[in-house]
Amino acid sequence: MRANATMDRREFLSATGVLTGVLAAGSPLALLAPGRAWALDLGTLSGSEGAALLAAARTIAPHDGLDDAPYALVVRALDDSAARDAATLTLLRRGVTTLGAGFAAAAETERVATLRALESTPFFKSVRATTLATLYASPLVYAYFGYEGEAFSKGGYLLRGFNDLRWLPEVPLADSGPVFGAESH
Amino acid sequence: MASISHDDTNAVVIVGSGAGGGTLAHELTRRGVKVVLLEAGARQSLASFSQVPGEAFAQLTWLEPRTQSGTTTVVEDYPTLPSWTAKTVGGTTVHWTAMALRARDWEVRARSTYGAIDGASLIDWPLGYKELLPYYQMAEKRMVVTRRNGNPGLPASNHFKVFHYGAKRLGYRQVHTGYMAINSRPADGRGMCIQQGFCVQGCKTGAKWSTLYTEIPRAEATGNLELRAECRALHIEHGADGRVTAVVYRDPAGNEQRQKARIVCVACNAVETTRLLLLSTSARFPNGLANSTDQVGRHFCHHTGCFVWGVFEQPIEFWRGATLAGVVLDETRHDPKRGFAGGYHLEMAALDLPSIAIAGFPQTLWGRELGFVMEHYRSMAGIYINGEDLPRSTNRITLNREVKDQFGLPVANIHVDDHPNNAAMRRHGQQQAKALFEAAGAVKVLMSRQTPATHNMCAARMSRDPNDGVVNAHGQAHEVANLFVSDGSAMSTPSSANPTLTIVALALRQADYIERQMSARAI
Repeated sequence: MRANATMDRREFLSATGVLTGVLAAGSPLALLAPGRAWALDLGTLSGSEGAALLAAARTIAPHDGLDDAPYALVVRALDDSAARDAATLTLLRRGVTTLGAGFAAAAETERVATLRALESTPFFKSVRATTLATLYASPLVYAYFGYEGEAFSKGGYLLRGFNDLRWLPEVPLADSGPVFGAESH
Repeated sequence: MASISHDDTNAVVIVGSGAGGGTLAHELTRRGVKVVLLEAGARQSLASFSQVPGEAFAQLTWLEPRTQSGTTTVVEDYPTLPSWTAKTVGGTTVHWTAMALRARDWEVRARSTYGAIDGASLIDWPLGYKELLPYYQMAEKRMVVTRRNGNPGLPASNHFKVFHYGAKRLGYRQVHTGYMAINSRPADGRGMCIQQGFCVQGCKTGAKWSTLYTEIPRAEATGNLELRAECRALHIEHGADGRVTAVVYRDPAGNEQRQKARIVCVACNAVETTRLLLLSTSARFPNGLANSTDQVGRHFCHHTGCFVWGVFEQPIEFWRGATLAGVVLDETRHDPKRGFAGGYHLEMAALDLPSIAIAGFPQTLWGRELGFVMEHYRSMAGIYINGEDLPRSTNRITLNREVKDQFGLPVANIHVDDHPNNAAMRRHGQQQAKALFEAAGAVKVLMSRQTPATHNMCAARMSRDPNDGVVNAHGQAHEVANLFVSDGSAMSTPSSANPTLTIVALALRQADYIERQMSARAI
C-alpha cells in the first residue's frame, strides 16, 4: 500500500485498478500508518472489482470503527491469489459479476441479502476465508480489538496485568498457585 | 553431537523428534546407544520463535498437502488442513499447550469398561495401569509438571478467574490451573512462565517443556546423537529375514540417502507414521511394512475436540497468560447415564487473531454477529472440549495416489466418520461449557464445530492380538522385531487426556525395553 492518494495513470491505461482512501481523523490506524491517505494498486483485478470485493469484505466482517484501509488488505490478498492462479481469477470475476453492478454502493441490508444467497458458493467461502485470515491478521487492527501483540520483549504479562481482573472473586490458592517472585496480590 | 556413518549397522534410527522420538533419543543415547534422529522440519530456537500469529503457525506447522474424507465436519470446514501437526525439530512439543494429563486406569481398559459398542473397535491396552503408572511419574518429573512432585500450580490468570468462577457456580469440584508441563518457577535449567500467552507459538522463555531444548540437546551432549534436521524419510527397507535394515531419506539438499540401522523407531505423529509404513512396500510386505494383518492406519482417533466461547461485558484479555492453564476434571468419568461412554475434560483455551475467526467459530458465522463477537475479543473466554473418541476400524489413514507431494509420493488421506457416541459427548460438553459461561455472566455463547486435530492417535495401535493392532505392549511391531512405533499412533485407545504425557511415558518404557532387548542381543 502506498501512502499517497493521487489517482494513478495506470487506472486509465490498463485494465487493472487502484483503490484509494483516507483514514478518518482519530482513527486508531492513523497512529500506525505513515500518512492518512492510502492507495492500493491492483495487479490483476479492476478498480470496480476491487471496490465490490472490499464491500463484500466489509459486509462479511463489519466493524464500523475500522477504516477501509485494513479491508483493502483483503482485496490485495484476493488480487494476489488471482494473479497466481487463473482459476481463482475466474472464480472472483464471476463472483463479482453475480454480486451485481450496484453491490459496492448498496445499503448493508441489501449486501447481506445478496451474500446470504451466495453463502454456499466457493466464491463466498473463498472471500469469507480470505477476509478473516487477512483482516484479523493485520497488526493494523490489533489495537482496534485490544490485542496487545508480541509480549516477550516486554516481559510477558506476569507483572503487566495477566491477573488484574477485579470483577470476579480471586481464586483460592489451592486451585491456582503463587506468583513466583512477586508480592501476593 | 556425534557423526554417525551411513553404513553404521549398529545405529538406532528414530524418525521424528517430538514427544516420543525426542524423548526416546535422549533415553537411548544416555545409555550409550548411537542414535540418528531424522526430522523433516527445521531447527528453531527460543530466539527464532515468532510471536506474530500467522508467522508462528507457518514456522511450525506441517503445511504439505493431505486429503480427507468422511462425515466429520472438518472435511467441509477445513478442506486443506485435515490435521494440525508440526514440522519442526521438537515436533508438536514446540506448539503444544502443555496440558500433561494422565490417562485413567479405567480408560486403558476401555473395552472392559465400556463393553461392546456398535461401530467401535475398542480394545483394552495390552499393559495394565500398574505398568504404566511408574512411567507417568518419571515423565512428570522430567517434564516438571505442576501439581506433581511438589511443583506449585500456575497462578490464576484473568481467564482462569472466569473459568473457575463459572465452574464452581455450576457445582464442579475439581477445577484448577492444570497439570502443566510449564515451569511455575525456574526449574530444570529453564526459565519460569512469564504469562506471555499463545503457547502454540513456541515458548520464548523455554518455560514450557519441549524436546527441542530439553531432551534433544541433552542427547547431543552424550556424544551419541546425530540430529539430521530437514531430512525427509521416504521409506524403510528390510532384509531377507524380514527385519528392517535402513531408512531411505532425502537430505536438505534433496539428495537421496540411506541410513543403515539396527533398529528403526517411527515417531512422526500418527498421520505421517502411518504414511511412512504404508510407503514402505516390498514383496514381503506388499501393503506396507508391518501391515500383513491390514491394521496400519485403522482405528485412527483424534479426540472429540471443539471450542465453546463465552462473550462477556467486562474485559478478560485472555491472550495474557498460559493458554490452557485451567481444567475441569469432574466430567472425566465413565457414566453411561450421561448418554455416552467415556469422559472428557473441559480445558480453558484462547486463540489468537486471526485463528479465532478462522478456526474458533462456526464457518457459517459472518456479518453483524461476527462483528459483534470480534469487537468483544478482549472480553471473551474459551473452553476446549477434549473427550475420548471411539476407535472405528474404518476411520483410517491411507495413501491417496491421486495427490502427490514434492517428492512424488502419495499423500495421506484421513478418513473419519464421527461415531454417534462422539456426537453425544460433544453435545454434553457444549451444554456444560455453555452453562459454565452463563453462570459466570456471559451475554452470548458460541460453539465451533470440530477443529483439525493435533491429537492424532491409535493408527498403529498396541494390541495383544496381531489381528487387532500393529505393535505389542512395548510399541514393537508384531511382525518386525526391530521396528518400533514411538508416538501417539501406538496408543490402544485415546483416553480423554491430551496425549503428550502418555506418549512420553510410553517412550520411557520403550527405551527400557529396547535396552534390555539390545543387551540380550534379541534385536
